[in-house]
Amino acid sequence: MSRQSEDSTRTKLAPSPTDEFIKGLWRENPVFVQVLGMCPVLAVSNTALNALAMGMATAFVLLMSNILVSLLRNFIPKEVRIASYILIIATFVTITDYAIQAISVDLHKSLGAFISLIVVNCLILSRAEAFASKNTVGKSTVDALGMGLGFLFALFCLGAVREILGSGAFFGIVLFPIEFQEWVVMILPAGGFFTLAAWLLVFNLIKRKEPTS
Amino acid sequence: MNQESLTQIFINASLVNNFVLAYFLGICPFLGVSGKIDTASKMGGAVTFVMLISSMCSYGIHALLVSINAPFLQLISYIVVIASTVQLVEMFVKKMSPSLFRALGIFLPLITTNCAILGLALFQTNKGYDFVQSIVYALGAGAGFTLALVLISGFREQLELAEVPKVIKGTVLTLMVAGILSLAFMGFSGLGS
Repeated sequence: MSRQSEDSTRTKLAPSPTDEFIKGLWRENPVFVQVLGMCPVLAVSNTALNALAMGMATAFVLLMSNILVSLLRNFIPKEVRIASYILIIATFVTITDYAIQAISVDLHKSLGAFISLIVVNCLILSRAEAFASKNTVGKSTVDALGMGLGFLFALFCLGAVREILGSGAFFGIVLFPIEFQEWVVMILPAGGFFTLAAWLLVFNLIKRKEPTS
Repeated sequence: MNQESLTQIFINASLVNNFVLAYFLGICPFLGVSGKIDTASKMGGAVTFVMLISSMCSYGIHALLVSINAPFLQLISYIVVIASTVQLVEMFVKKMSPSLFRALGIFLPLITTNCAILGLALFQTNKGYDFVQSIVYALGAGAGFTLALVLISGFREQLELAEVPKVIKGTVLTLMVAGILSLAFMGFSGLGS
């Protein structure tokens, strides 16, 4: 995989921790640049609150599994590594699932099966495989924090746009006068596709203006 | 126990609540292997097969876990079953059709992390389907997934020839088409209820 080789060349150059952190937030943003982990991004970004909760849950699982994978990287045999990673991730997702259920039943209901589906978020597995299995615990933690926050940021961007346009509110607070006609399409599934397309377009435009550094 | 009739379940899973266009499950292969109609339909077949097997297995596992009172193991055991089924399909495809194996590439092992399959197993447990209903649900979901994949790859084959601005090319364009397709599928709502 190309991403893997990219990462290995970067580790040779030994970038600073801040660099690793910024990488996930901006240059290699998991959603806008790598287009990974799309399912939850589209499915639960219909309100800003849902998006924020989902982003935090994913970031937590990513952080914990990255730390554990990197701790165990010398003990896991190469042949069964993917299966072991999935088991580690599934354990943390189960913990998160029960924790969210304990904190807020309403939130758990509105996120539905998508909390369990964090297990199959390609982003988490790809970070475990491409980064945590080759790097020290400290580096993996920073990487997971950067990627997790990048994911959270992207989800929040989508959720905010969809909630403001789709229900005329932001975190449940009504923003517009009563005459405002809501764009119902934005909270429907189709709106998810359109909003993501629009954000990707914005990112492409920004990237094109930046000279290749 | 769920009282829905089998046709109802099939239509619901394949058209009304299409896994890709309404639930956003399985977006990765949807964006990844939808370049050619041929590859897309074979990918759909592979996914449907994995869905069928894992749906049957997860029905059994759910019954077992309920009987030993350990529902917290549900997620872990589902994912293990799915991973082993995918491994089986991978070996089968490699043996039977090396060219298809190469065409599907990395996306074949990635069926494991296809949310549509785990989603199917979780949904059928939540809805309380019995064994036959689960099988029909899996077939419907698989058919819906294949349909969405084939439709979008047909669009993309045509769009290859269209002149679009450079910034839109690729993922952005595919997502826009997917959005329009999702709107079209909303026309099915109310069907089979």
